[in-house]
Amino acid sequence: MSDMTQTAPLRPESAVAESFMMLWRDKFAFVSALFLLLVTAAALFGPALLPDGAMTMNLRGRNAPPFEWERGWVYLLGADNLGRAVLARLVIASRYTLMIAVSAVLISLVAGTVLGLLAGYCRGRVETVIVRGADILMSFPSLLLALIVLFVLSPSVSNVVIVLAISRLAVYLRTCRAEVMEIRERQFVTAARALGASHARMIFIHILPNVIPTLMTLATLEFSAVMLSESSLSFLGLGVQAPAVTWGLMVAEGRGYLASAWWLSFWPGVAISLTAISANLLANWVRTATDPAQRWRLEWRAK
Amino acid sequence: MSSHLLEVRDLGVRFHTRAGVVDAVQNVSWHLDRGETLAILGESGSGKSVSASAIMGLIDMPPGEIHSGSITFDGRDMLNLTLAERRQVNGKRIAMIFQDPLAALNPVYSVGSQITESMIVHGVPPTEARKRAVALLDRVAIPEPERRFHEYPHQFSGGQRQRVMLAAAIAMQPDVLIADEPTSALDVTVQAEILKLLKTLQAETGMGILMITHDLGVVTEVADRVIVMRRGEVVEQGALSRVLTAPERPYTRQLLDAVPGRHGFAAREDRAKTETLLEVKNLSKFYGVTSGIMHTLTGREIRALNDVSLTLTKGEVLGIVGESGSGKSTLVNTLLGLTTPSQGEVLYRGQTMLSGDNRAMSKIRRNIQVVFQDPTASLNPRMSVRRIIAEPWAVHKGVLPRAQWRGRVAELLEQVGLSPDHADRYPHQFSGGQRQRIAIARALALQPEIIICDEAVSALDVSVQAQVIQLLKRLRQDHGLSYLFVAHDLPVVQDFADRVAVMQGGRIVETGRTEDIFERPEHPYTQKLLDSRPAEERERSRRKEIPA
Repeated sequence: MSDMTQTAPLRPESAVAESFMMLWRDKFAFVSALFLLLVTAAALFGPALLPDGAMTMNLRGRNAPPFEWERGWVYLLGADNLGRAVLARLVIASRYTLMIAVSAVLISLVAGTVLGLLAGYCRGRVETVIVRGADILMSFPSLLLALIVLFVLSPSVSNVVIVLAISRLAVYLRTCRAEVMEIRERQFVTAARALGASHARMIFIHILPNVIPTLMTLATLEFSAVMLSESSLSFLGLGVQAPAVTWGLMVAEGRGYLASAWWLSFWPGVAISLTAISANLLANWVRTATDPAQRWRLEWRAK
Repeated sequence: MSSHLLEVRDLGVRFHTRAGVVDAVQNVSWHLDRGETLAILGESGSGKSVSASAIMGLIDMPPGEIHSGSITFDGRDMLNLTLAERRQVNGKRIAMIFQDPLAALNPVYSVGSQITESMIVHGVPPTEARKRAVALLDRVAIPEPERRFHEYPHQFSGGQRQRVMLAAAIAMQPDVLIADEPTSALDVTVQAEILKLLKTLQAETGMGILMITHDLGVVTEVADRVIVMRRGEVVEQGALSRVLTAPERPYTRQLLDAVPGRHGFAAREDRAKTETLLEVKNLSKFYGVTSGIMHTLTGREIRALNDVSLTLTKGEVLGIVGESGSGKSTLVNTLLGLTTPSQGEVLYRGQTMLSGDNRAMSKIRRNIQVVFQDPTASLNPRMSVRRIIAEPWAVHKGVLPRAQWRGRVAELLEQVGLSPDHADRYPHQFSGGQRQRIAIARALALQPEIIICDEAVSALDVSVQAQVIQLLKRLRQDHGLSYLFVAHDLPVVQDFADRVAVMQGGRIVETGRTEDIFERPEHPYTQKLLDSRPAEERERSRRKEIPA
């Protein structure tokens, strides 16, 4: 009964203010949220804000090292092998990077969750078919799949998204199925069945909310994996085409210059990691904030 | 200094948590000598296991801290041992067995290798260890020890696993055996056998036993002396017979009083004229065994329910008693519509409950609600209490308009002895007994005529158990409810049920009025169940027969 005192009573403020206070109390999540906002802003408005000429070739500035102020702030992070400013390219690249990574992760998350729910909830032959299908997908090299898609369809950004989504789908499916199988045997689900609850109610009210936190964490981990594998697809010519660029492609392009100009791969690599880490920290916060048994961790200091 | 084998003096343990310092135990003192059994009796959260953990060095420090007191074992200070010295004591001179033998045994090693492990660690040559392990398995009455030496934990039954744990524990002939709830997960008949084995082993080896338990029955069966703990402090200690017959503290008296079956039989009203609510006729359930990835039937089948018939009249409490595997869960699931029976009929007020028409069924099923064993598991952790209690109305639309939900939830909370303010809290913020009250409130939401209590009080501490049964009795009077009270243990149903049905192997072996079952059991299995009750309770019911 002592644990009853741990939760501070909810003040009648608006839900937005309440969640902002909870975000403020987790400093890591707060900084992560700021960083993600910055990246999103860069993707949306960045290209328009860059000074003219930021993306033009400048052969005198080939592989210019970072932190040389006399070239202007655009060259703060150095320049690439054609003398284009790395910072400017990072900003330009953020648009496609986010577009591809977010939509690929979302599509595979949703599709994998739906199939996983079906497999875990229905059991029997439906499950066998879905799970064996996932096994086949997992054992099929994603590059081979990419080549097939490339062969059948024309190279475009949306096809990269499809290939990435399909090749990562099995991860969500298997995790979701395993979680569903565990949760559907819990007594509160049986209690709902005994009440006469519909299948939809059991899946969406009782099972799904208990599965989502795990899948959210998984999705943010997948985020960086998707950004990197996107680069290998683009390298094959399936994805974005020059002059458009993504962070993953920048890492791949800079590989040949690692010994002489490390900054070509380093900065986009940093951007990928920071984005992935931020997404992960924020997901962790969301998980804590939405779990009734954990929420006090974000509230009790307020007392 | 003392001459006791194991002595704990003024032990104080506290934990540093983010919410502040929590005292686990304070001023705990006791001692144990060779050949005697000391029982530490306490409900959950009483700190009964903490001193044993301190002895074995199992308290994580930090966050734990032993801030006062001393523990001496055979003249040695147990709180200031080096790791090497600790290894010489643990397992060799002080051994421990746990509540859940399946969790304590490693599933990937054979049982034999787990018994020999501790002997080899303590320097016994492997061939010698193997020979001794087989002898030990034989000693703890595992049949065919030579063959079973090579088998794995999942091939043993719950009771046998605990015997294996015991064999491993006594392998090095320890001076002290710590048994932490060793029989709580076992069926009553198995529990009786294990306790008997413990006593025999103690008589042979002369070891001291520290028995940690919440079960007064276990204490009366084995203990010489008893310590009663509550909220981290020793409430009372003394010789068993003295504590049982003349408890000094109110809490001990309350604990003794809460033990089920202490108050004779339920007061009976005349129910000859009342109507039959539920009728189960020749119900059977066979499970086909499937195999392969396409789940094809193999032709073998398991009979979970075999020709079960029973009736429940209005206002009646029918106790259904059976050990694990007796088919009582299958019976409950069939009545709740969770499994379809293979044969037989279930009638509610003369109407079938087994037709395929879901809409009609849902109307009838509304009258039968259920309270499950584990309130922690049966409440969705992500729903507020209000949503949990209101869920039946969300499922059965049209029973209660949404505008009235709020007020009705408050009423229901009050009926089960909780405050209406609790509606916005979440299940984890309540104690086990309170959670069970929430589950009862949910069961009442549709104003059913029958509530099935599936081991509804088995997971609760005895004093809480008594309160919940009290609540169920009151609700029966207020609402004219009938209960199907399923339990694995006879004493719980003794003062609550009007009639009792005893199940074994999917069949009902005996049905009758509660007094008849307890005083004149006819079926040998019922007699065995009654004999497995701890000695003190058997004694009591025998005494009761004489003046009558």
